[in-house]
Amino acid sequence: MSSSSAFNDEKGGSSSVGEPEYGHDPASGGIFSSDYKRHDDLKEMLDSNKDSLKLEAMKRIVAVSIHIYSCLLNLNNKHLWLQVKKLVYVYLVRYAEEQQDLALLSISTFQRGLKDPNQLIRASALRVLSSIRVTIIVPIMMLAIKEAASDMSPYVRKTAAHAIPKLYSLDPDQKDQLIEVIEKLLADKTTLVAGSVVMAFEEVCPERIDLIHKNYRKLCNLLIDVEEWGQVVIINMLTRYARTQFLNPNANESLLEEGGEKAFYGSDEEEGKEDKAEAAALVVKRKPYVMDPDHRLLLRNTKPLLQSRNAAVVMAVAQLYFHLAPKAEVGVIAKALVRLMRSHSEVQYVVLQNVATMTIKRRGMFEPYLKSFYIRSTDPTQIKVLKLEVLTNLANETNISTILREFQTYIKSMDKDFVAATIQAIGRCATNIGEVRDTCLNGLVQLLSNRDELVVAESVVVIKKLLQMQPEKHSDIIKHMAKLIDNIQVPMARASILWLIGEYCEHVPKIAPDVLRKMAKSFTNEEDIVKLQILNLAAKLYLTNSKQTKLLTQYVLNLAKYDQNYDIRDRARFIRQLIVPTDKSGALSKYAKKLFLALKPAPVLESPFKDRDHFQLGSLSHLLNAKAGGYQELPDWPEAAPDPSVRNVEVPEWTKCSSREKRKEKKVEKPFYSDSEAESGPTESADSDSDTGSGSVSGSDSGSEESGSDSGSEDSEGESDSDKEEKDKRKATKKKPKKIAQESEESEQSSAEELKKSTKSKEPKGRSDSESEDEEESSTESSESESEEESESDTDTDTKKKKKTSASKPPPKPTKKEKKEMSLLDLDDFEPAPSPQVTPVSNFVSSSLVTDLEGLSLTDTALSPSAASPTCGPLKTYELLHRITGEGLAVSYCFSRHAFATDPYMVSVQIQFTNNMESEARSLRMQDPKLQSGMRISEFPEIDVLTPGETATVVMGIDFCDSTQAANFQLCTHSKKFFVTIQPPVGELMMPVFMTENEFKKEQGQLMGMNEITEKLTLCEGCREDHIIVQRVTSTANLSRVPCGSATECSPPLPRSRLPVSRFAGKTVSSGSLVLITVVTKEDWAAQVTVNCEKMLIGTLLVKDILQALSQ
Amino acid sequence: MPKVSTSGSSTMIHSLFLVSSAGHIFLEKHWKCVISRSVCDYLFEAQGKASTPENVPPVIATPHHYLISVYRDRIFFVAVIQTEVPPLFVIEFLHRVAETFQDYFGECSEASIKDNVVIVYELLEEMLDNGFPLATESNILKEMIKPPTILRSVVNTITGSRELGKQGVFVWVMSLGSSCSMCLPVLQQLLFFAGSSNVGEMLPTGQLSNIPWRRAGVKYTNNEAYFDVVEEIDAILDKSGNIVFAEIQGVIDACVKLSGMPDLTLSFVNPRLLDDVSFHPCVRFKRWEAERVLSFIPPDGNFQLMSYHVNAQNLVAIPVYVKQNISFFETGSSGRLDITVGPKQTMGKTVEDVVVTVQMPKVLLNANLTPSQGTYTYDPVTKVLVWDIGKLNQQKVPNLKGSLSLQSGAPRPEENPSLNIDLKIQQLAISGLKVNRLNMFGEKYKPFKGVKYVTKAGKFQVRT
Repeated sequence: MSSSSAFNDEKGGSSSVGEPEYGHDPASGGIFSSDYKRHDDLKEMLDSNKDSLKLEAMKRIVAVSIHIYSCLLNLNNKHLWLQVKKLVYVYLVRYAEEQQDLALLSISTFQRGLKDPNQLIRASALRVLSSIRVTIIVPIMMLAIKEAASDMSPYVRKTAAHAIPKLYSLDPDQKDQLIEVIEKLLADKTTLVAGSVVMAFEEVCPERIDLIHKNYRKLCNLLIDVEEWGQVVIINMLTRYARTQFLNPNANESLLEEGGEKAFYGSDEEEGKEDKAEAAALVVKRKPYVMDPDHRLLLRNTKPLLQSRNAAVVMAVAQLYFHLAPKAEVGVIAKALVRLMRSHSEVQYVVLQNVATMTIKRRGMFEPYLKSFYIRSTDPTQIKVLKLEVLTNLANETNISTILREFQTYIKSMDKDFVAATIQAIGRCATNIGEVRDTCLNGLVQLLSNRDELVVAESVVVIKKLLQMQPEKHSDIIKHMAKLIDNIQVPMARASILWLIGEYCEHVPKIAPDVLRKMAKSFTNEEDIVKLQILNLAAKLYLTNSKQTKLLTQYVLNLAKYDQNYDIRDRARFIRQLIVPTDKSGALSKYAKKLFLALKPAPVLESPFKDRDHFQLGSLSHLLNAKAGGYQELPDWPEAAPDPSVRNVEVPEWTKCSSREKRKEKKVEKPFYSDSEAESGPTESADSDSDTGSGSVSGSDSGSEESGSDSGSEDSEGESDSDKEEKDKRKATKKKPKKIAQESEESEQSSAEELKKSTKSKEPKGRSDSESEDEEESSTESSESESEEESESDTDTDTKKKKKTSASKPPPKPTKKEKKEMSLLDLDDFEPAPSPQVTPVSNFVSSSLVTDLEGLSLTDTALSPSAASPTCGPLKTYELLHRITGEGLAVSYCFSRHAFATDPYMVSVQIQFTNNMESEARSLRMQDPKLQSGMRISEFPEIDVLTPGETATVVMGIDFCDSTQAANFQLCTHSKKFFVTIQPPVGELMMPVFMTENEFKKEQGQLMGMNEITEKLTLCEGCREDHIIVQRVTSTANLSRVPCGSATECSPPLPRSRLPVSRFAGKTVSSGSLVLITVVTKEDWAAQVTVNCEKMLIGTLLVKDILQALSQ
Repeated sequence: MPKVSTSGSSTMIHSLFLVSSAGHIFLEKHWKCVISRSVCDYLFEAQGKASTPENVPPVIATPHHYLISVYRDRIFFVAVIQTEVPPLFVIEFLHRVAETFQDYFGECSEASIKDNVVIVYELLEEMLDNGFPLATESNILKEMIKPPTILRSVVNTITGSRELGKQGVFVWVMSLGSSCSMCLPVLQQLLFFAGSSNVGEMLPTGQLSNIPWRRAGVKYTNNEAYFDVVEEIDAILDKSGNIVFAEIQGVIDACVKLSGMPDLTLSFVNPRLLDDVSFHPCVRFKRWEAERVLSFIPPDGNFQLMSYHVNAQNLVAIPVYVKQNISFFETGSSGRLDITVGPKQTMGKTVEDVVVTVQMPKVLLNANLTPSQGTYTYDPVTKVLVWDIGKLNQQKVPNLKGSLSLQSGAPRPEENPSLNIDLKIQQLAISGLKVNRLNMFGEKYKPFKGVKYVTKAGKFQVRT
């Protein structure tokens, strides 16, 4: 080193070092004139042991390289340049620690690189810089990382995330600063960064779980698009996170029935007592488990990854489900894990280890795949043994005969280790399943005559264990085994037989002394383990049958006394003192019999995988069954769920993100919405959104775009309270005119509604007065329920501080129960559907304004139009069961266009039962749904009683999987069953999405080509007004209007005051694919409808429906 | 010497060793500090204990490290790790490395790796950053590091000497570490130039893309897309030919050479047959869920589009039947073998490439057999009998008959060896799966499309 630096100093200043050296080197020319093969022997020379050869090689290499170097100077081949550069990097990274001077020399180069306009160069400079392990440059690295963390390019940010653990391992003192950078990068919205930063998080500060809160939902939503390696890291981290933040979904499974009752009392208490908080806490504790929507979000978003081609990803998801999912849902992972069994044998090995652990806890899950674990003779032994383990764990009364038959084949295998494992497995099956114990025992006894000694020995050991369970029944087997002692040479087996005979000498009183006699003869030639058992046998016989065996025993004890092994000598001395009464013998000898012939508990044969699941599955620690360094314990579930509101996020990020994403189908946008629906917390954002929209737009049309983005930002859940209040005020002023107008309609309200209202006043919660106000506004049943929900969420916003999702959620539940008992008509009302689709603002603003408002709001415009104009009327109702076919029971359904409360992927269907019979219908419920694959149904709660003449409404959810396939199921009453079918019109398979015009255009731009369908039509007479078009479209399809605010479109160039273009946006409910509709009206009532949708089928159907709606 | 920092252990994969099955470490790469080769001794120890290389446990715990290895193409890929990491993560990555080598060099063997050592190092450098996988998509890698053949042809067009240049620099650079301080100034200069950046347009942009699996700016004169539906029958038949277990697994291998950014849609006539699927990341999963259609922007070149399991509920058509009778006589150290293979449910297609492989017991000295069709070989060292039948003939059913001679004095083998069958049926997907159509969007030209079906035997075993 020192010489090199000296050399360095001499030459350091010279800028053209290369040339003189080239000049000095006479060999260089020669090398190049010859053919290339020469460099092959260079390698050989370098590899050789002779130093002289090496030196020669070095010389030549230097010569070569100098030549190259001078070539390079004049060379413009960029590709080659890049290659060389990389090689120099490789070198630097490899040897920087040993040659610090050199490394330091290069630093400035990288610092320059960090400022390069090209992102890839910035990234690669940072990558190399951070790989140089020289402590002096830590501050420079820190600075570079910080800068790169806020770089424009996500790729550079990703590199920054990669650099964090490198710096941390170089200098752990930087932790605090690094955590800051991690925190910043965690907030990043791109998929590129997510995986790397979580990796950094895991390396640097896995204990700082609090950093994840704000990013939890985003991570869940981005997950599917993160690259596979990142997915693994994120999923593992989220598993740990979920364990600290959510409640155990399986905890009160057993308490379920009881729990329901208690919740009921709980609500009573709550009403009665003053101390509400305490009561609420009690209810939370006692009530049936309700999964945190964020918990659900995680499960839902990881599930598709089971289809990944990457085994590590599949395993990560599987362990997440195993540790976090409710029992009923864990089953989905079985198929994917079984699929991995076809992969490389190493993958099989790891997967089987995990499956073995899983099968102990959840046997049912893998039972259908029993045959996939059958063993082939070509499997490696370690795989065979693991498969055997799984098969044994899966064995139960029903499949044991098949499994035993399989085992019989295995016993004949040539692979003796495997045969031994099989015999053990048979033993375990026999202990676990009483019915087959005798069969197994007989089988094993037959094996005793096997020619292979190992097989016999293993059988003996297993039989011994089995016999211990019920020795009295099997004295003949013991006799048989006693005979075997002459032939079996395997020490363990001999020892086992001797132990057995000694233990049960009373069952074989004649044979036992004889065996001892034989053993005494061969004592000196036995293995130690056998000798010990001979001593045992002798002692036991002496105690039970001293007459016959006294001399033999003494003989054996004497032999043992002079044995080479001190264990045996000790044992002999011990036994002699204990059993042979002498004067000196102490009190113990009285108990000798008890000591030796105490009843020994039968050994429990259990899986070595038992209790392994306290390690996180899929981890190295689990595989080794020992804690590996850096293993993060999987925390236990918390007793009470921590505050879920910590995960609420400021939304501006989301909106930005969603508009930016390119691959729409899976993107953030959808999850964002579904996310907010799934939750009760965030719901308020939706309507507050619409409010602000209206507030700002009422000022000016042109401002709508701005307000659009504005409202986007106000989507935030972490909104400040003052903001809210202001909005509420605005809202209140808005509502007034509407209220007056509504009064005329109020008379139409059904009696049912009044009834409902009366119950509502009973609701325990201290609602704000806005509630009653809202109620009056509603005209139809459906919008009534809407506004009801809205008011609920309104109160939420008002009492934001009070709100903690889990705490605020429970109260509506008991009420629901109570009401149901009163057999109220509109159950829908009680469905705590937190839906964002609410527009309290509607009809009484000028029509053009209405359309704008609709667009601005996040709402379901299709619903509000029912208020906007009476022509549209209530929701379209379809008949499910005619009065006559239903023998008096009439059932109809409509698509209420709310988000379904418990599952945002479902379309909610409101079903109305009317009892036209003479008698009451009891226990109305659904049964036996027949669905296309992928479709799911969420049943409505059973209606206990429906008295004659009464009407009841319930809500069910169906996930149609974005197809118009019908859902078939049976409606049952206490006496009859009816087959019914619900087929959704295509327009009901979607839900509105709010977007600005610019976003709309951007998205539309990406859905061109096959995804775009355009049709021309002539508008019918009835719908030549814009607002009617809007109305027709929105009543056909559940979409929201996109506000048209950009000046280019609607101001001067177009003479007409009405807008010629209407745009609607929505997304399909189950897959979240965007659905964009554009209606352009032209001269002479001609119009053009364009649908952009990734799902072409839906697009085609939708165009048809809309054409029909507009032209008829 | 400078202080070597050893604090912290934050690296997923510390080092990688490539070890030949003979126990020779022929390549090593370290991502942080150097870990001595001697760590591989633990692997050798395990290898000594195991009967075959496949039986070496993939995870070995040593006092200071953990070794995670995969055995592939007679090479152990050994990753050294220090801390908790999902073992499958490493295993999957190592396989990915092996696949990349295979992709680059046509085969993944000790010889090919040694021949292309420069590219190997370059690849490893790009695939792992600080022990964490960075770029594993072959399309991205190929953008950065040209596969050997292409490189040669490109460079050769300039002048021959420059190819040597790269190799030379590499050997030189890597040898520097040991001593050669002479070259320092040169290296300085090189660094200086390497640092100067005018190579922007040469940089790979794939990493920045939303679809990292596809390279940008693909151009072909003949645009073609081929899909091979390959189904494998996994089955265990018992002595009397009854099915113990049978299932069909399939993959769709694609070779897509299309210009630009084509968006393909592949639909099936009978997608319901597919029970369990896993996809290349390019496939839009939601679309599959909703419509059972494969919609994807394909990677360029060869890739596996999907793999699937057929939901056949044991109603698997087994295309051949096997009658066998292998017996060893109690006396005289000899035995008899009689195997007949014939077509069964072949859907009117010819069964080809039928091969029967039998792992004979250790005591079998030799076999004296006569095949009615095809050829047979018996390797007395590995004790493997291979009977290569070829095409199955409907009229004349192939048969292999003869006597076996055993080691005299050794006990008669108790178990009869099981037969492993290999076969191939062209133009048939045994499950009946059929591609309906392939559509392309996003590009104007008309591609040439082709779909091929093949059925093979997977793990097809007959117990005797």
